[in-house]
Amino acid sequence: MAENNLFQVEIICPDHMFYQGEASMIEFNTSEGQVGILKNHVPETLIVRPGIVVITDGQKKQEAALHGGFAEVLKDKVTILAQAAEWPREIDVARAEEAKERAQKRLSDKRQDLDVLRAELSLKRALVRLDLTKNK
Amino acid sequence: MASMRDIKRRRSSIQSTQQITKAMKLVSTVKLQKARTRAEKCNDYFHRMYETIHSILARTGVVMSPYLQKGPSEKKAVVLISSNRGLAGGYNSNVAKKLLECGFDREDVQLYTMGRKAKDYLSRRGYEVVSDYSDAIDEPAYKDAAALGEEVLEAYTSGAAGELYLIYTEFHNTVSQEPVAMKLLPVEPEEEFANRTEKLTLMNYEPDEETVLGEMIPQYIKSLIYGAMIESAASENSARMQAMDNATSNAEDMIQDLSVKYNRARQNSITQELTEIIAGAEAIG
Repeated sequence: MAENNLFQVEIICPDHMFYQGEASMIEFNTSEGQVGILKNHVPETLIVRPGIVVITDGQKKQEAALHGGFAEVLKDKVTILAQAAEWPREIDVARAEEAKERAQKRLSDKRQDLDVLRAELSLKRALVRLDLTKNK
Repeated sequence: MASMRDIKRRRSSIQSTQQITKAMKLVSTVKLQKARTRAEKCNDYFHRMYETIHSILARTGVVMSPYLQKGPSEKKAVVLISSNRGLAGGYNSNVAKKLLECGFDREDVQLYTMGRKAKDYLSRRGYEVVSDYSDAIDEPAYKDAAALGEEVLEAYTSGAAGELYLIYTEFHNTVSQEPVAMKLLPVEPEEEFANRTEKLTLMNYEPDEETVLGEMIPQYIKSLIYGAMIESAASENSARMQAMDNATSNAEDMIQDLSVKYNRARQNSITQELTEIIAGAEAIG
């Protein structure tokens, strides 16, 4: 039974294959909110928002930061085309902290020429990174 | 006939040129290997992106999206990828020629260049270079492709440009590279996918096709630019490798030719000296 609920997971970044393997469940953040996907899901294409992806295979749980992209869900395969993805060990906490402060400052300054969307996005990315490293 | 010394000087000068071309060939061979592995790595992402986009387009038929309709402006934004260094055979001039072949009016073209060579060539010919990302081509990174993509998409959505083209050098294999011009925006559905619709699995889109497509196309453009950068880098190095290989073997030919001439000249001078000595001895005797 245990073997039957596994499906293929591929997370592809523009410059490399980030993750390739089997999982019993994958959770990530989408434009419609958090989703968790099991085997035999209805075929679906989702927009991925910055967040933490959790890949569960059997007893093992793996977490990584995912910064936007698309997910293509098929019955026995999930493919995520990510703009960027990182394991917790690849994250530079100091840099993320800095980026967070910078983005917050820009957002609170409320200058005319502020690119709100961009600042919000970089804030979100920094928060995801920090979140992930704090859990460890 | 040139003197022995002249020939010798010429030969040694060609020999040192040959050493340079040999070294350059080796360097570009190594670089080519690197660029090739990278190109293979990013192929996956690119293909999946391409397939998803076109299968959505094939399935949904008419979707109202600014990315699918030609903009009102006659201007054409062209992303042109060449290299920063020369001595790569026809690599750079072929890319520039490709643009001329497209038959756009010079006033309508807005260039976004990567690579100094083609940029210099075209700006000298009176083309407008809107922005230049030449530093990015030495070390292709997704970050730079995304920044360039952001800028051209901005130009497209704001209406400053009505169409978007990408010109780069496609890498077939080490001996053949081909400059290609590709229309990026508006996106045109592919025939091949339209005929295949019935075979595709039924797919749901969340929240809906239009939103997914609207978010996906900018990423698609960026990944295309990134893919083109990487392929161009591979093409550049293999073009240089070929050019340097030719130069090395030409130098070899010249050296051989000069060696024969040199030996002949040496022989001549010895014969002449002997004749002179004999003649002198005879005159005395």
